Amino acid sequence: MTGPVAGGSVVGGPVLGGSVLGGSGPVLEVRDLHVEIATRRGVVRAVDGVSIDVPRGEAVGLVGESGSGKSMTLRAILGILPPEARVTAGQVLLDGTDMVPLPTSALNRIRGPKLAMIFQEPMSALNPVMRVGWQIAEGPRVHLGLSRSKAAERAVELMRRVGIPDPERRFRAYPHEFSGGMRQRVMIAIALSCEPEVILCDEPTTALDVTIQDQILRLLSGLCRESGVSLLFVTHDLPVVAELCQYLAVMYGGEIVEQGPVAEVFAQPMHPYTLGLLRSAPDVEEVRSSLVPIPGSPPSLITPPPGCRFHPRCGFAEADCQVEPPPLRLLTGGRATACLHYERCEESLEAEEAAR
Amino acid sequence: MTAAPPPPDAPPPGATVPVGPVPAESSILAGNVVPPGEPGPLLTATDLSVGFAIGGSIVARLRHEERVLRAVDGVDLTIERGEALALVGESGSGKSTLARALTGLVPLDKGEIRLGERVLSGRRPRGDQRRIQMVFQDPYSSLNPRMTVVGMLHELLRVHNIVPRAEVDSYSRELLSLVGLTDDALHAYPRQFSGGQRQRVAIARALALRPELLVADEPVSALDVSVQATILNLLQELRRSLGLTLLLISHNLAVVRHVCDRTAVMYLGRIIEVAPTRELFAAPRHPYTRGLLAAIPRMAALADNEAPAVQGDPPSPLRIPAGCRFRTRCPIAQERCAHDDPELTAAPGRPAHVAACHFPLDPPARTIVGLSKVQEEPSPSQ
Repeated sequence: MTGPVAGGSVVGGPVLGGSVLGGSGPVLEVRDLHVEIATRRGVVRAVDGVSIDVPRGEAVGLVGESGSGKSMTLRAILGILPPEARVTAGQVLLDGTDMVPLPTSALNRIRGPKLAMIFQEPMSALNPVMRVGWQIAEGPRVHLGLSRSKAAERAVELMRRVGIPDPERRFRAYPHEFSGGMRQRVMIAIALSCEPEVILCDEPTTALDVTIQDQILRLLSGLCRESGVSLLFVTHDLPVVAELCQYLAVMYGGEIVEQGPVAEVFAQPMHPYTLGLLRSAPDVEEVRSSLVPIPGSPPSLITPPPGCRFHPRCGFAEADCQVEPPPLRLLTGGRATACLHYERCEESLEAEEAAR
Repeated sequence: MTAAPPPPDAPPPGATVPVGPVPAESSILAGNVVPPGEPGPLLTATDLSVGFAIGGSIVARLRHEERVLRAVDGVDLTIERGEALALVGESGSGKSTLARALTGLVPLDKGEIRLGERVLSGRRPRGDQRRIQMVFQDPYSSLNPRMTVVGMLHELLRVHNIVPRAEVDSYSRELLSLVGLTDDALHAYPRQFSGGQRQRVAIARALALRPELLVADEPVSALDVSVQATILNLLQELRRSLGLTLLLISHNLAVVRHVCDRTAVMYLGRIIEVAPTRELFAAPRHPYTRGLLAAIPRMAALADNEAPAVQGDPPSPLRIPAGCRFRTRCPIAQERCAHDDPELTAAPGRPAHVAACHFPLDPPARTIVGLSKVQEEPSPSQ
């Protein structure tokens, strides 16, 4: 389970062992996950051989653009895929138990006490006609068997912990009476209510203003530190990952193309797509003369390009990139890349540095 | 770089009015370039207010709320010719409403908008509508799905009589090449384009009327990061080649810093600070601006147990606090702030940097990004 299977790729996706992300052993392990969506135009291979480890008490960022399969990965982990999508291969191991074959009744005993999720749009995730306090208290009542009054006490305590002012009074409020940031705090309180081991976060701050995003990120970071809960955090916003996460996996076209410790990946990207993402976004710290967009558009996941899926948009692509899908190769320092010519990224960065 | 899928009914090349060897931007340039010697700012807005009537009077009275949501509440703003001015703020700060008011899409309750020498009236004649054009946030809903690009452009050009009828076609092609689309795009429908390409079409449509001011309301926030860069670069390029004046509304301060010369910060319907972008980022004077800047996610891990940059939520625009409207969240609010509404006042020695705060922050000696860059310049002494 821990031996890295570098180079041991299957067509359509790399297999990656458990030791890539260091730390004290993963609490959640995703192994070679495949998700397919049946559409009128054909089968979309939305997630194509994704392996991620979430170490205990750490935050892992899953980054990619729209259509890269990052949200589908999260939904597959929690078993809440849309009806037309299904997991065709792979394992989702939570504390060593594979969740993929479990029936809904068994999943329901895991969702909440072990695995929780925070969604992007709290307004559509919350029940609009139920007082928020009772929504928070629902989990503890069902999963922990708390009495009505005990669960309510716990809900008030949770609301205080996530920074909702005047929790005794706000307990009886409805979601529409809350601001976007406060609703997201309610979502976090619900996620925390049964003390899960892992919280899956699907762009929880994307819909929020920058000042509120800052508050929520600091709240999540503090909770992570204090309670030892692990986060798998999906976002398209690289600086958010830099602030919150210790590890990072970059997704492109349904595959993970690079992963490693956040600081190192951002300082020295080893996949041209990661490099492209970093170069195309304006930076508040530094005004560059012009931004370098990634040319072209994301690949079709019905008929993906042969070989490396990024090669049609890649400035470093060679003939061998088009032959077969490059495996996610392990490098030193817990890093991994799916680029055959990853040294080019370094050379390119050095050339850029020298040109300054 | 962004070729549209070839439409099945593309006309054969050469079937249209032949275009001479004219530089691509020539005829568009003619309408946009800053007329030399014309004095004064391009646009001056004085004491603008825009309100929306909401809710029933009884409910509002019971809640001690106003029945009018004052989205823009007494804004003064000038836009110089050829500059790129940014309008930033949280959602609900009134930045989009202000942009729409300037464009003439929402009526003013109060105030005056002067464009060049002319005061724009409430109902703008077509000639005035033309002069300020807008690009909207969502290119998926701002283009008519049943109209081809050529259809949209021709309608506009005919109605506004921008070029002689015989030149409409060549002018349309010129517009598309200006925004980086090929002629194939002319006969395509919006659904055939990606998000970035749609935004290019929207920009072409706005530029078609040779506006003096282009208002872009969150033009890249609906796009993926890698595509955002193409649109931001395009806006930069258009500013250079056409001398375009740009009002950019954005909540993304990195984008603003990249594109704009000057930045205005809005809070609850008011502009609370205006400064040259570099100065604003390096040395904000209003506590809100400082908090907003500090809240931007940086490429570094969060410090442990540090308080958020700005506490709490913005108050409802229906219950704007008396006195300084930021005082409820302000870390340095004093007694005076509760009853005395601060006016925009210039920093000593720096007339271009105004802030509406009774206790403005002193510029130097703080760990704000890019401070060193500003210090290299000869800064006027206090």
